[in-house]
Amino acid sequence: MALALQTFPTVKDANAALKAAGTRYLGGGTLVVRAANEGDVSVSGLVRSTEPVLSAIAVSGGMARIGASVTMAAIARHPELGALAKAVRAVGGPAIRNMATIGGNLFAPAPYGDFAVALLALDATVSTDNGELPIETFLAGRNDSRAIVTSVSFTLPKAGTFRFLKVSRVKPKGVSVLSIAAVLEQAADGTISSARIALGCMADRPMRARAAEKALLGKTLDRDGIAPALAAATEGTAPITDPIASAWYRAEVLPVHLGRLLLT
Amino acid sequence: MAKVPVQFTLNGSEEAEFIDSGTTLLNALRDKIGDTSPKGGCHQGTCGACSVIIDGELRLSCLTLAETCSGAAITTLSGLSESGVLHPLQRAFLDTFATQCGFCTPGMIIAAKVLLDHTPNPSRDEVVEALSGNICRCTGYEPIIQAVLTAARANSQNAA
Ligand SMILES: Cc1cc2nc3c(=O)[nH]c(=O)nc-3n(C[C@H](O)[C@H](O)[C@H](O)COP(=O)(O)OP(=O)(O)OC[C@H]3O[C@@H](n4cnc5c(N)ncnc54)[C@H](O)[C@@H]3O)c2cc1C
Ligand code: FES
Ligand code: FES
Repeated sequence: MALALQTFPTVKDANAALKAAGTRYLGGGTLVVRAANEGDVSVSGLVRSTEPVLSAIAVSGGMARIGASVTMAAIARHPELGALAKAVRAVGGPAIRNMATIGGNLFAPAPYGDFAVALLALDATVSTDNGELPIETFLAGRNDSRAIVTSVSFTLPKAGTFRFLKVSRVKPKGVSVLSIAAVLEQAADGTISSARIALGCMADRPMRARAAEKALLGKTLDRDGIAPALAAATEGTAPITDPIASAWYRAEVLPVHLGRLLLT
Repeated sequence: MAKVPVQFTLNGSEEAEFIDSGTTLLNALRDKIGDTSPKGGCHQGTCGACSVIIDGELRLSCLTLAETCSGAAITTLSGLSESGVLHPLQRAFLDTFATQCGFCTPGMIIAAKVLLDHTPNPSRDEVVEALSGNICRCTGYEPIIQAVLTAARANSQNAA
């Protein structure tokens, strides 16, 4: 393996170095170093930046901004990010969580990217030196040889509105069959007033379940109320097939797991 | 290829080496420094045999580039026994037959040490979670879980 690493104090200089062919940004390295170990020669150089903003977590006024180099473990132990604990703990085992960054998770292809699924349901904003993008737009055009992601920000979900579920075959840790994140708000009468549902492994990257979201509006969270949403759950999906599960299987079980998430 | 300097503390002693840029910590430890206690099982982050402790945190040395560890304090299995006396975890692994071929053992003990450093009296579930990134093809895991619980009990009796 021959991978030259360049470290820059500023994101600006690292961005300039990233323009060289075959160069990628190094987050925690759990995907990019793994690829190199496996013999992937498409990456010949790695770039990273030690600019402090990349490792900062700021929570104020109901908003959270998490630097791209922040690890899953650091999010898990942050006292004000408790609502996300279940989603961050869904990523890998303890050593992986100490290394895996939020920035890297945004680029992780399915079956990975469990935390990006949560960020999509939270309707997060992804920041680079070139500006900010809604996460959905970012994911649609993501390209790991372009600008360095500097941070991800989102409105903290109101108590009890964020739900997350990951289905895997190996307990307690395993690669996703699928993952689902939802932010559900209820009116005083218990009916759903707003719903954002994001799915992992139901396409090559996290996607919104728009039809299911729409079908939930005005409904109550009981078996009859959620039935139309479950019927619409697979609309627009193109699940991946991998050694964990086939596309057919993922599509078959998605409504079952979405039902469990909505009724918990 | 240009060599880069790395300097860190390994099991309490200073190490300084010139390595090829992009060398993993696992390869630097085993091939350059001569500490072969971290094992290379998969080089994919999947097996945990290469686990080390970097500044108090459990990490996989196969996915860590050595040059990102400059200034860090690294602990490997070699650093656990003191003047020939086994660490309580090592003792417990032997006593409960938690090691068969032994290939996973360094990673298992390192992962268990990080757990016990933060949680001296873990529940069985906490032990399972702490070892969830480590694969063993021999023991069926139960003896390993028992070894960690035994070491935790031995520690708390010594402390009492
Ligand atoms: C054994 C194992 C188990 C795993 N289990 C899970 C799991 O359960 N769930 C899950 O979601 N993932 C899992 N992963 C995948 C991976 O660990 C995570 O997705 C992690 O968050 C990736 O982050 P990283 O910092 O390690 O990425 P890196 O490997 O450093 O980078 C990944 C890609 O993103 C790019 N990139 C990283 N940061 C930035 C940035 N700031 N700006 C621009 N580009 C960037 C890199 O150039 C690279 O192309 C697993 C990996 C392994 C090895
Ligand atoms: S060799 Fe590092 S996890 Fe297997
Ligand atoms: S003892 Fe052989 S792999 Fe665990």
